[in-house]
Amino acid sequence: MPEKIPNNRVAYGKALVSVGEMYPNVVVLEADLGKGTQTVLFRERFPERYFPVGIAEGNMMGVAAGLATTGLIPFASTFCVFASMRAVEQFRNSIAYPRLNVKVVATNAGIEIGPDGATHQAIEDIAIMRAIPNVTVLVPSDPVMTMKLIPMVANSVGPVYVRIGRQDTPYIYDENNLHLEFGKAVLAREGHDVTIIAIGNMVCRSLAAAELLEREGISARVLDMFSIKPLDTAAIVQAARETGCIVTAEDHNILGGLGGAVAEVLSTEMPVPLVRVGVQDTFAESGDGEAVLRAYGLTAERIAAAAHTAMARRTS
Amino acid sequence: MNRDIHQLETIANELRCLALRAIYLAGSGHPGGSLSAAEIVTTLYFSVLNIDPTRPDWPERDRVVLSKGHGCPILYAALAKRGYFPIEELWTLRKLGSRLQGHPDMRKTPGIDATTGSLGQGISVAVGMALGGKFQKKSYRVYAIMGCGEQQEGQVWEAAMSAAHYCLDNLVGVVDYNTLQIDGCNAEIMEIAPLTEKWRAFGWRVLEVNGHDIAQLLDAFAEAKNTRGKPTVIIAHTIKGKGVSFMENQVKWHSSVLTKEFYEQAMTELRCTEQFFKEEKEALHA
Repeated sequence: MPEKIPNNRVAYGKALVSVGEMYPNVVVLEADLGKGTQTVLFRERFPERYFPVGIAEGNMMGVAAGLATTGLIPFASTFCVFASMRAVEQFRNSIAYPRLNVKVVATNAGIEIGPDGATHQAIEDIAIMRAIPNVTVLVPSDPVMTMKLIPMVANSVGPVYVRIGRQDTPYIYDENNLHLEFGKAVLAREGHDVTIIAIGNMVCRSLAAAELLEREGISARVLDMFSIKPLDTAAIVQAARETGCIVTAEDHNILGGLGGAVAEVLSTEMPVPLVRVGVQDTFAESGDGEAVLRAYGLTAERIAAAAHTAMARRTS
Repeated sequence: MNRDIHQLETIANELRCLALRAIYLAGSGHPGGSLSAAEIVTTLYFSVLNIDPTRPDWPERDRVVLSKGHGCPILYAALAKRGYFPIEELWTLRKLGSRLQGHPDMRKTPGIDATTGSLGQGISVAVGMALGGKFQKKSYRVYAIMGCGEQQEGQVWEAAMSAAHYCLDNLVGVVDYNTLQIDGCNAEIMEIAPLTEKWRAFGWRVLEVNGHDIAQLLDAFAEAKNTRGKPTVIIAHTIKGKGVSFMENQVKWHSSVLTKEFYEQAMTELRCTEQFFKEEKEALHA
């Protein structure tokens, strides 16, 4: 990658431009947050294929559905809060149910957005979106992954929800060694004592937690579960079998999101101790992004502590 | 464009019979709003639309979005009569395994262009279809049929704003203005008037017609086609339950169960016999 991309939003904007170069039928809809979601990059390159709908997310979903029926591939962007909650019934009935080829890429996920406060901190979107049939739900963790994922999204058939954070993100992957497939977790780090399953901004923190654990002689596996739906059930079961306990880490409510999804798999396939790191079913508050993450327990230290808890509960 | 008013009126009556029989056999459904839209649907499907029932997915076809999706029995009747699927399939309406869902499903039913039923959403989808047509320089036109209660949905006005913003003169909205909704009349539930002024203020060309007068509907659709630079909405003043005396202007016939007694009375009023259904079936198989 020639230039360093600061975060997943900019990676999305850039990927969207390259997807636009590849496919003349890709169009972009935006509900007046193009500077936040970075769809402005597409607007600069392809103004004739960029359709602002104003601050009207419900209408945006319907217009995207209509465009999709004509053979176009609409990418519709806004913040996660609005895409997954304000406009969810439009998304469900106008897009998901008729399996229309609309790609909803929403940014500013989780409490890490910080100062804007709880109204804008989406902590429910994964739970909501993964409960809707026909929908693929993806959460990229670094700019390299986002750049790879967006062309795959454009190439896929059917409704997709992509969840992207706001803050700057370190690179985790090398583009030449990152193989992505929907429904297949990425093994971010091998380990055999405990498995940390993480998504989005918690993947780099989980890797940092694995470093902390290594200093204590604990070998932690880190799975990047970027594909929430379809979910890599096999990788979860294998991790449960091989490491005997699981920690999940997400910038989302522990109810219904990654932690919920993993709990569903473990309870039916291979019950082992599970500790869910995430927002503990509470609204967060304003503050510097990192400070908010710390205040609500979304840190490498808390993930490492959760690993200890999970290992202590293991019977073997 | 077919301007044989007498023939179109006859078809509208036939569609009423087919829709009511489908609802009767289903044991549920929405007779009132199906009957009020009979002439609107007839005028579109038997005169205005550029469609080919042998190719429901023909990319150049005109599109219809029944934004008031609960009125689908009258639409299914029109599609069956146009030959998209057999007449007798109408009798499977709302039953398990049927291609005819309780609300329109574009993936199941040949000829249905948009999945609708959640009010306010269809008009947005129609805007997207019209925008996609403009963007791809296609000449097809898009027709969205809305209910009057539906005008209370905020999304209708989001969609209205966007259609005018994108100068979608290939889009025509029709409001089936029968003045009634599930819980009562519009005026007592939530006043939608003045509708003409509202749509005009949102940048649309507005035409008002008697929604049961096929000549007026034909003229309005023709006028919409000749309008440049803005979308057109046709406010069609209708009577809920039109054609069946005991249903007309009765709120309860929005979705009441059609008993055998009521069904037979309705069929008598519509001068519709079992022989009619037999002939319809034979004509289609001929």
